[in-house]
Amino acid sequence: MRARAKPPSPLRRPEPRDAVRRSEPAVALPPAFLRWFQGRGWHPRPHQLALLEKSAARRSSLLIAPTGSGKTLAGFLPSLVALAASPRGRRPASLHTLYISPLKALAVDVERNLLVPRAEMDLPIRVETRTGDTPLSRKARQRTRPPDILLTTPEQVALLLAHPDAAYLFDGLETVILDELHALAPTKRGDLLSLALARLATLAPGHIRIGLSATVARPSELRAYLAPQAGNGHMSLADLVTTASGAAPDIRMLETELPLPWAGHTTRYAASDIYAAIKAHRLSLLFVNTRSQAELMFQELWRINDDGLPIALHHGSLDAARRRKVEAAMAAGTLRAVVATSTLDLGIDWGDVDLVINIGAPKGASRLIQRVGRANHRLDEPSKAFLVPSNRFEVLECRAAIEAAAAGTHDAVSYRAGALDVLAQHIWGTACAGPFRPDDLFREVSSAAPYHHLTRAQFDRVVDFVSTGGYALKVYERYARLKPTGDGHLRLSHPRLAQQYRMNVGTIVEAPMIKIRLVGRGGGRRKPGTPRPLMGGRVLGELEEYFIEQLKVGDTFAFAGHVLRFEGLQDTEAFVSRTTDPDPMIPAYGGGKFPLSTHLAMRVRTMLATPAQWRTLPDPVREWLGVQSERSTIPDAGEVLIETFPRGAKHFLVVYPFEGRLAHQTLGMLLTRRLDRLGAKPVGFVANDYALAVWGMQDLAQMRANGRLDIGQLFAEDMLGDDLDAWLAESSLMKRTFRICAVIAGLIERRHPGKVKSGRQVTISSDLIYDVLRKHDPRHILLEAAWADAATGLLDIGRLGDFLRRIKGRIRHQPLDRVSPLAVPVLLEIGRELVYGGSAGDDILRLAADDLIKEAMQRG
Amino acid sequence: MTGEGGDRARRRSNASPSPLWRRVGGGGNPSIDWPAIPPSPTLPHEGGGTTISLGRHALLADGSGAVFWPAQKTLLVADLHLEKGTAHAEHGALLPPYDTRETLARLGDVIGRYQPARVVALGDSFHAGAAARLGLEELLALRKLQDGREWIWLAGNHDPDIPKRAGGTVAHEFDLAGITLRHEPAAGRVAHEIAGHLHPAARLSIDGYSVRRRCFVGNGRRLVMPAFGAFTGGLNVLDDAFTPLFGADPISAGLSVWMLGRERLYAIAIRHLRAD
Repeated sequence: MRARAKPPSPLRRPEPRDAVRRSEPAVALPPAFLRWFQGRGWHPRPHQLALLEKSAARRSSLLIAPTGSGKTLAGFLPSLVALAASPRGRRPASLHTLYISPLKALAVDVERNLLVPRAEMDLPIRVETRTGDTPLSRKARQRTRPPDILLTTPEQVALLLAHPDAAYLFDGLETVILDELHALAPTKRGDLLSLALARLATLAPGHIRIGLSATVARPSELRAYLAPQAGNGHMSLADLVTTASGAAPDIRMLETELPLPWAGHTTRYAASDIYAAIKAHRLSLLFVNTRSQAELMFQELWRINDDGLPIALHHGSLDAARRRKVEAAMAAGTLRAVVATSTLDLGIDWGDVDLVINIGAPKGASRLIQRVGRANHRLDEPSKAFLVPSNRFEVLECRAAIEAAAAGTHDAVSYRAGALDVLAQHIWGTACAGPFRPDDLFREVSSAAPYHHLTRAQFDRVVDFVSTGGYALKVYERYARLKPTGDGHLRLSHPRLAQQYRMNVGTIVEAPMIKIRLVGRGGGRRKPGTPRPLMGGRVLGELEEYFIEQLKVGDTFAFAGHVLRFEGLQDTEAFVSRTTDPDPMIPAYGGGKFPLSTHLAMRVRTMLATPAQWRTLPDPVREWLGVQSERSTIPDAGEVLIETFPRGAKHFLVVYPFEGRLAHQTLGMLLTRRLDRLGAKPVGFVANDYALAVWGMQDLAQMRANGRLDIGQLFAEDMLGDDLDAWLAESSLMKRTFRICAVIAGLIERRHPGKVKSGRQVTISSDLIYDVLRKHDPRHILLEAAWADAATGLLDIGRLGDFLRRIKGRIRHQPLDRVSPLAVPVLLEIGRELVYGGSAGDDILRLAADDLIKEAMQRG
Repeated sequence: MTGEGGDRARRRSNASPSPLWRRVGGGGNPSIDWPAIPPSPTLPHEGGGTTISLGRHALLADGSGAVFWPAQKTLLVADLHLEKGTAHAEHGALLPPYDTRETLARLGDVIGRYQPARVVALGDSFHAGAAARLGLEELLALRKLQDGREWIWLAGNHDPDIPKRAGGTVAHEFDLAGITLRHEPAAGRVAHEIAGHLHPAARLSIDGYSVRRRCFVGNGRRLVMPAFGAFTGGLNVLDDAFTPLFGADPISAGLSVWMLGRERLYAIAIRHLRAD
């Protein structure tokens, strides 16, 4: 067991800082615990004692502490002390503590951190985990004979609460520990969990909550999340416990031999410098932003790995067994470097990392600080990190992130109201546990901070949705899923519905995945020309169906550390073979792209507008900005710059909002619609995190001079009205958003492995439902929910709206006779990135149709 | 869902919203600017239609998925699947109850444009006993469409018995000027046939972009029509289910595919098509 292999690292050595505070603890540790601490040469830290004190006073609290501060143990200590004080024989056999974390793996990891003290102090405490992988027999036993401490995920809590036994199970609950709360709270999973907490407060009114969080910009939002809200207009907050901050991290930009590229995200140019850094350290953790970047960097490093250093790869698409292997090797200290995506971002603690290398722009200050915190789990020594920008613009972003880290400022997570689709799922689950009174449930639901502002009318609409679909046309009364009982309760109309709920619980709606399997050897000799039989070999992992769909036999792509050739698709598996090709033909598959945070964007704009700050930048970047200020202009931090110039036979408009790729894509869609109406004949656009380039057939500067184009009007906020609405009607992103809402809310069923052959085979496409609903019931609650998601999600309409308001009257238009230095990076994205043109998929059809015509008209 | 078991055509549908504008491929940038589009040799008709010949007959395939046969003044539609929403509701999936009015509205539009003397619905017009569930408003809308023209329901596997209240006359097959109209295509070679049942759809993949739409598929002797209903999905024409009709090799079989665009039909070369 790994628990034995490695002691819990957070408490490795005493801290002199603690000595002063230790003399005045308000609540003392029991002697057995003190002896245990002393036996390891440790001292309890102030925040650990503080949580003990809050717990003794039965007060919920939020602990904000960096990685490596003994946060996890601090969360468990109150429960361990309480349970040790009343041995199992002398207390009712009931669940004492519920520990909830966002990651299944985390629950496994914490078992390790918790089991060591339990074993070494010989505490009579039963600890169990419960995840989707837990065998059914054990799950059933956990309900009838619960452990003292249960480690689980939000989805499992929802399932437990939907069981008729829930009241019995949670009756004696004393403490709920919420780990990684900063990651969980602002998501739909967080909404689901907040509703579960509200339910728990009804079933176990005496329980307290302990939230564990990394540093956040606005702790009060998490404190409100932890506290039941009274609905009297002001927010109740849980207590706050913080730690003295550790040594400031040592974050630098990696100096590279080769010059910085103008564009692109491969960071190939820095591979040899990265390799040198790995050689100079014990264990390096390389963070990249996407899975394809991880694959690429892994390939590059192995290409130059003359010393044969053990360098591994870790991302969410790889087979779980392979990931566990890498994690174990990390913990055992047999690796020198791991290339990873955000799967390792959260607080899992595997091994003794002494260097973090962040490849590509960090995109957010908080994410960077979390990633850097993975190096060196000792508060008194600085964590060491290198940032490797992959192009010139990213240098600005890296510099801004380093400054944000030094200043200790964080990205604010924007407040969002609890999602209505999640509420629908919760109401359904509540009905599965037993009949409920709508009045009581409304009161309970609005005690959860995310649903604090929910109106009774909204709540009733959601109840109506769960019951009859919530349609304006009332025809489903006879099929209602909730039926009134005589005494004002609503109950489930059919037991089958409880089964249906259990199959569809949760808020994570994954894109349908396809297994990637190596073609097995064998099959005998083949006649030349006959296709190779697709025999099963090893599974390497899985990829989104939509990526696989576009491959044709013979295409190569990088995955799981190999360049693979696509051999064909059989049922839900893609068969591949290894190739010796150095470069894959299809370089990218999606996933894990974070948009630039508002906070970092603001810092980048300010840096750009302040030439005095440029001296901290590398020479080529300084020179680039210098030429920009001569040839065009550098906008003030409060302005937005728009450049127009001809190039080739086209006329370009480049705008620099710095609002992230998603918001820029939405802006691009809306701008091209508007330009089209103005007769500017737009042809296409491309966006990156900083800028948007639109090109067309008409000279926009001339149109402006003729009075045919008003730039202020072009960017007027009203584009978010009818234009947006018209575009959304066709947008595939909106349809994807709607599908997620429809699955969460229970309108359409999740796809289950084995149950259906492939994702396309659901009975009715959510696209068709979306189209019909939009036309015949445009005020339906699911459309409302999808719209709310689109505002913050794939379309980032909320941020775009903020931008349009911010720049009103602050647009600086710079007509140019040729492309400006600042425009180069975004223009170079053309051909690498998404290029949009015209309206939706019909252009593809048109293109292919014309192809056919050419074919048909060819002579000879 | 019941009523659909074992019938692949119905169980499949284009569920995953195609990420239409995702560029996967690197290298070269053929899609920076779309090339100028030359006028199509087959001029689109009003409604985005295209002429398709079957034997010596010229048919007008409409952008909506219907077929108008000018010489016979006859409009053909396949697989309306009216009341599919309520069929699901009976089993706990409360899908929007608007599919019938939407389908009838589309049908009304295409009838309005062609003013046919006769309408033939090629089976599976009513989804799993739907004629009984048809609301009064929808029934009246249907009767209004039937007013002043001959209306023929061909029986399909979903609606073997069509009740009287649905109006019109019921038949199993219908021969019109040497072309047999039926629900399920006959296996093997046929003289001339127009059928439905399979809900043909095609996936087009070109330069890393992909789009999936309903389509007409035919080989000059046989034409399979796309499903017309608002809640009907599609089965990829490269699926094995089409092999008995058109042979194993679609290219040598001289297969033609017309995909439904937003405003018109597009004839697409077979080599551009992808399986699901």
